[in-house]
Amino acid sequence: MVLLTGAIFTARDQAHKRMAQALKKGRKPPLRLKGAVIYYCGPTQTPKGKVIGSCGPTTSSRMDEFTPLLLKKGLSGMIGKGRRAKEVIQAVRKYRAVYFLAYAGCGALGSKYIKKAKVFAYRDLGAEAIFKLEVKDLPLIVGIDARGESVYKT
Amino acid sequence: MRKLSADRVSRAVASLCLRANFELRQDVLRKIKEGLKREKNKTARGILEAVIRNADIAKKERLAICQDTGLPQVFLEVGQDLKITGDLDSAVNKGIEAGYRAGFLRRSVVRDPLSRGKTGYTPAIIHTRLVKGSRLKVTVLPKGFGCENKTRLKMFKPTAGLDGIKGFVIESVKLAGPDACPPYVVGVGIGGTADYACLLAKKVLLRKGPSPKGSVLKLERDLLKKLNKLNIGPMGLGGRTTALAVNIETYPTHIAGLPVAVNISCHALRSASVTL
Repeated sequence: MVLLTGAIFTARDQAHKRMAQALKKGRKPPLRLKGAVIYYCGPTQTPKGKVIGSCGPTTSSRMDEFTPLLLKKGLSGMIGKGRRAKEVIQAVRKYRAVYFLAYAGCGALGSKYIKKAKVFAYRDLGAEAIFKLEVKDLPLIVGIDARGESVYKT
Repeated sequence: MRKLSADRVSRAVASLCLRANFELRQDVLRKIKEGLKREKNKTARGILEAVIRNADIAKKERLAICQDTGLPQVFLEVGQDLKITGDLDSAVNKGIEAGYRAGFLRRSVVRDPLSRGKTGYTPAIIHTRLVKGSRLKVTVLPKGFGCENKTRLKMFKPTAGLDGIKGFVIESVKLAGPDACPPYVVGVGIGGTADYACLLAKKVLLRKGPSPKGSVLKLERDLLKKLNKLNIGPMGLGGRTTALAVNIETYPTHIAGLPVAVNISCHALRSASVTL
């Protein structure tokens, strides 16, 4: 178990697609990838008086086709749930990154570790926009470590 | 003839959206707690405890149990002696809009599956059935798509028998593996046609107890036992709590076929009903 504190960024399907398209065209994505941690998450809307709504991980494997490119550009960590493709595991090892698992299906609990939240980019994507989150002691499990060791057997 | 206004239907749907998304079904919570009692794997226990804590926070703070508040699915059983004044389908969608907005739930629906684009709350998927009587039963099932993506259908030969069915269910759970938030409730529809088997597999997730049919109950118990030996466990990190329940529904079918559909639900199986 790892407790993560600091700034992380949400990004899921459409944000990944856009960032990958930008990179392929030689443009800079809105998020500086070097050293960044991406959380595969699309929160609910923020209820009045709260920092954020329900906020937990979505299935990571849908992001697999975009991930090696982002890792190549300096992405250092990912948070999600479930297995990753072989290519992702290899890229995690190559670029010395890390893939974390967050408590899955526990969005209400997950929201408690988020101290600040704001839309950072791609606002038009709604729940799929990139949010900047300040997290404190977010409990995570290492899914794939920097040596490419996966917690899942298969 | 008894009359029911479309507005009343909207209000009921709105309140069901909130109840379903904030309050984990008692039968599901009970099964998670039973799973925790039996579970020996330390990591698995920690995750199950987090799931229980999550349900507690969601209910107390009126926060969605899961951020994926689903593509809302609504099951209507309309009494044939009931007169609904107004447009029923739009009343349901209006109720979804109102409920989801009031609960700060997520806009997860894209208007066009191809161009994707702007997200909203509706349209809901509405299944309407005419039944005897003069009441209206409304059920809202806000099922997330992490597990919906794991749905499978196989058109078996009629001679495939129980072994074929069991193998397919087990294979489906293995394919879902850690990805769709285990421990799962596994819905299985057997018989009918291709489309009908899929609907049965989905609808049987609403059932809160074992099958009343002896032969089906036996199959449910047998499969549950086998699934919990797969060592997938909560979040796929091992343990004996891979499935909370296997719910099977059967229907007559054709002599040439045996359709089997599997619809997996994550541990956050949410639904709420009311009869008006």
